[in-house]
Amino acid sequence: MSEKSKSISSKKNFIKDERLQKISKLKVLLNRPELGALGGSILVFIFFGIVAGDTGMFSAYGMLNFLDVSANLGIIAIAAAMLMIGGEFDLSIGSMIGFAGICIAIPAIYWGWPLWLSIVFALAMAVLIGYFNGILVVKTGLPSFIVTLAMLFILRGATLAITRLITGRTQVPGLRVLIENDPIAWIFATDTFKWLFAWLGSMKLIELRTDGTPLATGIPPSVIWFIAFTIFATWILMKTKYGNWIFASGGDKVGATNVGVPVGKVKISLFIGTAVASTIFACIQVLDAGSADTMRGTLKELEAIAAAVVGGCLLTGGYGSAIGAAFGALIFGTVSMGIFYTDVDTDWFKVFLGAMMLIAVVFNNYIRKKVTESK
Amino acid sequence: MSEYLVEFNNISKFFGKVIALKDVTMKVKKGEIMCLLGDNGAGKSTLIKTLSGVHKPDEGEIIVEGENTIFDSPKDALDMGIATVYQDLALVPLMSVTRNFFMGREPQKGFPFLKTFDIEKANKIAADRMGQIGIDVRDPSQAVGTMSGGERQCLAISRAIYFGAKVLILDEPTSALGVHQASVVLKYIVKAASQGLAVILITHNVHHAYPVGNSFTVLNRGKSLGTYTKEKLSREKLLGMMAGGEELDKLEVELKEMNRLNS
Repeated sequence: MSEKSKSISSKKNFIKDERLQKISKLKVLLNRPELGALGGSILVFIFFGIVAGDTGMFSAYGMLNFLDVSANLGIIAIAAAMLMIGGEFDLSIGSMIGFAGICIAIPAIYWGWPLWLSIVFALAMAVLIGYFNGILVVKTGLPSFIVTLAMLFILRGATLAITRLITGRTQVPGLRVLIENDPIAWIFATDTFKWLFAWLGSMKLIELRTDGTPLATGIPPSVIWFIAFTIFATWILMKTKYGNWIFASGGDKVGATNVGVPVGKVKISLFIGTAVASTIFACIQVLDAGSADTMRGTLKELEAIAAAVVGGCLLTGGYGSAIGAAFGALIFGTVSMGIFYTDVDTDWFKVFLGAMMLIAVVFNNYIRKKVTESK
Repeated sequence: MSEYLVEFNNISKFFGKVIALKDVTMKVKKGEIMCLLGDNGAGKSTLIKTLSGVHKPDEGEIIVEGENTIFDSPKDALDMGIATVYQDLALVPLMSVTRNFFMGREPQKGFPFLKTFDIEKANKIAADRMGQIGIDVRDPSQAVGTMSGGERQCLAISRAIYFGAKVLILDEPTSALGVHQASVVLKYIVKAASQGLAVILITHNVHHAYPVGNSFTVLNRGKSLGTYTKEKLSREKLLGMMAGGEELDKLEVELKEMNRLNS
């Protein structure tokens, strides 16, 4: 701070404007981007509570089921949300999932690499592809929608071609046996809190199998990753200077550049983020299924973006939250699983999904107007 | 040291065959408001960009506090204390007052590698700074989009001053504002100058420039029509220069001639 600015600060003439009302805590809360998704989640739970309350959907097993689906989607939705706040899209998320899957499976099965090395390899490829996406968008100035749409085709095609070339088929099974004794794989493949479920089972508090062991054996790894992702992303967005740069880059690229925000670097790092999140998604799914499939992750990019939008992200960037995206994913996961417990034909799921998105976008648009208009 | 904080001597800038600026000279003292006036296309934007380090001048020299300087980038200019507040203000409407105030220069706390944005401190400084110019921001975490145009302009200026500006270049700060808002902003500019800043105020509005300016430089088609102090220049004369007085006189003569021939 220069001397001159200090001398300015010495004069005080703070005038309270009596025309202004105090803004209540409630109103502050109403302006948060995740509000819509939070409300939506509550509505969805009330709905299924009434319609499917007695069907086992809300038993420990049923809940873990829809939490697992939500958590998987949530991992990529949060990364997609951060990228959207930064003002860009990544349509290659789904293809990246498929690509990461074979990056793990082929070296591990066909080249004899240890599983951990294959996972590191897949993560390294993700960083590379994310960086490539980012640098293309930043350097060419083309819309990321187009650049990553191209990458969607390139990655999916390459995944199919490479897998067929090396293995002669489109699936690579046989991973399950490799998980044991691997120093890294367990972090993507271990159920946690087993003791809790065993105890709950022994107390007959949760459903048991005929042999007396509990039906639900532990929290799936996806849920732990999902929670960790939500906390980490929220911390970044709200509590770090990098988070401020993300909002600034998406809110006004030129303005942010003028005040010294490294917009290009921020965007590239966010593209790396979505690619790495896709790879973590792939690790969890591939190790859970024990096999990689070239078609894995198809259309996941759209679900991730949909969850982010339901969670309050604006398509134009600069606004949104990780918690919102997490609730968006929870809504999708709950409905996609919950619909099996109701009498509703599952064919209607996508209708619901689309309607939900439309409502969310209309609501968000309204909120944005609210936020930017003078009070 | 020279009596001027910053001098721009005989600046020329060419874009291919187009002469955007030719031999423009401007000097600003500490505590002085120098108004740069010109019609659309006079070269104001090019001059601002040259002053703020976006363009390099093809001819001429920039002297900051007696030292000959070359700006390679806007950051160089900023490091020398020359801050530019552009028309778009570099404010993000969806972000909070605090987050905008510290955008790109966030105060941090905590351990190395685990530093967090010190939002409490930032909130306090932002609210305090805005309070000093008589703007009660109510809640520094409210979005900038909720503020009026004048308040936004003051926020952008106040931010530049907080981060150590010595020379403040203001690009059309009042052009989008109503009369009342404009007067609030102009009052703040005068106050900033009285505290020792040098201000270059770019505008095409003589009515806004004349009351606050100490000296006036008029640009016309890339050339300076000269710098005048307030004592030597009446508002009418300035208006005439701005409106391209000579050309209008010529037009008047031509029209008379046409009328005479027609009748």
